[in-house]
Amino acid sequence: MSAGTAKIVVTVTDVVPVNDLVTRFRFARTDGGLMPTFSGGAHTVVEMQDGGTTRLNPYSLMSDPADRTAYTISVRRDEQGRGGSLFMHKQVKPGMEMVISNPVNLFPLDLRARKHLMIAGGIGITPFLAQIKQLAASNGNFELHYSVRTASLASYADELLSAHPTRVNIYHDDKQQVIDLENLLDGQPLGTHLYVCGPKGMIKWVRSTAEGLGWPREAVHDEEFLAPPSGKPFEVKLAVSNKVITVGEHQSLLEAIEAAGVDAPYLCRGGACGQCETDVIGYDGKFLHSDHWLTDEQRESGKKIMPCVSRFEGKTLVLDR
Amino acid sequence: MAKTQFEPSIKSRPIYGTLVPRPGKAHLVIADAEGAEAVLDLARAAGAGMMAHTHIIYIPKRTGETYRKPLEALNAAQLYIGPSYEAAVPRLRRTLSDAHMGLQVYLTGTEGLMGQAMREATEAGIPHSAIQTEHRGSTARRMQCVHCKGITEDVVTDPFTCSHCGLNLFVRDHYSRRIAAFQGVRVDAEDPGNVPQPVERFK
Repeated sequence: MSAGTAKIVVTVTDVVPVNDLVTRFRFARTDGGLMPTFSGGAHTVVEMQDGGTTRLNPYSLMSDPADRTAYTISVRRDEQGRGGSLFMHKQVKPGMEMVISNPVNLFPLDLRARKHLMIAGGIGITPFLAQIKQLAASNGNFELHYSVRTASLASYADELLSAHPTRVNIYHDDKQQVIDLENLLDGQPLGTHLYVCGPKGMIKWVRSTAEGLGWPREAVHDEEFLAPPSGKPFEVKLAVSNKVITVGEHQSLLEAIEAAGVDAPYLCRGGACGQCETDVIGYDGKFLHSDHWLTDEQRESGKKIMPCVSRFEGKTLVLDR
Repeated sequence: MAKTQFEPSIKSRPIYGTLVPRPGKAHLVIADAEGAEAVLDLARAAGAGMMAHTHIIYIPKRTGETYRKPLEALNAAQLYIGPSYEAAVPRLRRTLSDAHMGLQVYLTGTEGLMGQAMREATEAGIPHSAIQTEHRGSTARRMQCVHCKGITEDVVTDPFTCSHCGLNLFVRDHYSRRIAAFQGVRVDAEDPGNVPQPVERFK
């Protein structure tokens, strides 16, 4: 079994539509026991048996980390996606048995911070929901700036505002409300840590603005799960298991390795954590790297690939797996 | 005096770099003795704008008045020249407590000064890896006696005598960021009185 991916058999206890795009799911242990503890920012990998395909998608835990009776996640429906969110929305019903992974946190609070400044875009609010519950329990100092498309799509904005009226700020795109980032970052007390979760463009904007204003890299945290991109099918030789596999158009390399019955390590399945880093033994072609993990030198060396999100085009690829 | 090159040592031993101007709305420079030369180099590299947003805290130590005029000529927003690091601490703490994220901290001069100022800055919430340092001048060490915990400043010989408890201490490269000092360990614990001849290892 892969590191950190101990499995929990759960029963879906609630499926609650939050708005037109987002649905909330609550999982309790099927055996009636308590869930493992987690810390705000953690995610779980949900296994979906969708026809013949096994889908494994990471979702941030949004429930109170102190509540061990159940986990809740919120899933945004993505019509253009590979089908995981559609499966959750259409197939998952209360009473269904599912398998989820133990929690893994790649986006933890830095508890040395004097203040936590959180910036969320859309469904990127979910890890902050758990972090805010964690901080509120210890009277922690936080401030949330949450950008949403419209009031009707502002998942959990009302709950957040009523619980923390002085700490939560909502910005509506349809009313041309934009986070005044430069002003916000300017004047934060020393020891503030900045967290951002949202679309790629937002993360880039926040990171580059903070860097330009002299914020230390160590005080800026982000989380973005990448969905594996589709691409041309390609063949891979797995040297250790002595198998030749084909990676389908809408399949990730990691999924193809798993489908061949080879146990490969993973944690986030979104190019962020580095767990699935795999050595390349030989290749003739071009890598299509999509991860946030490898350095430029590692990419140029042609010796490493992150199979959860990256692909390959060319004649041969041999992996040490 | 140019930047000091240290021999590679154990992981605990601090490594210093070269000060480079970084973007930021406010800059805090803390220097002692020959560290003034690194401050002048930094100002040259930064060009005009930066000094108008820079606060310099400088302790001349044995260099006396050597660097006063060139530092004054930088026209920093604030320049404080004080008699000792200890005398500058209240100013440093006040500056840090009023500061905002984006403040750039530059430390230069002796290890004792950089270590202690680093401790203040990290306690104020700046990650230690985001604080720049450049060693200039004396390599004399700030030492903590691991037995009595007393601090002896500006140690130049190895072994040396603890200025608090009088034990003969061996100078280690083992460094504590929390105490901002190297560790001194009794050299004649096994065989009291058998103390090697002190060698001047630091200048």
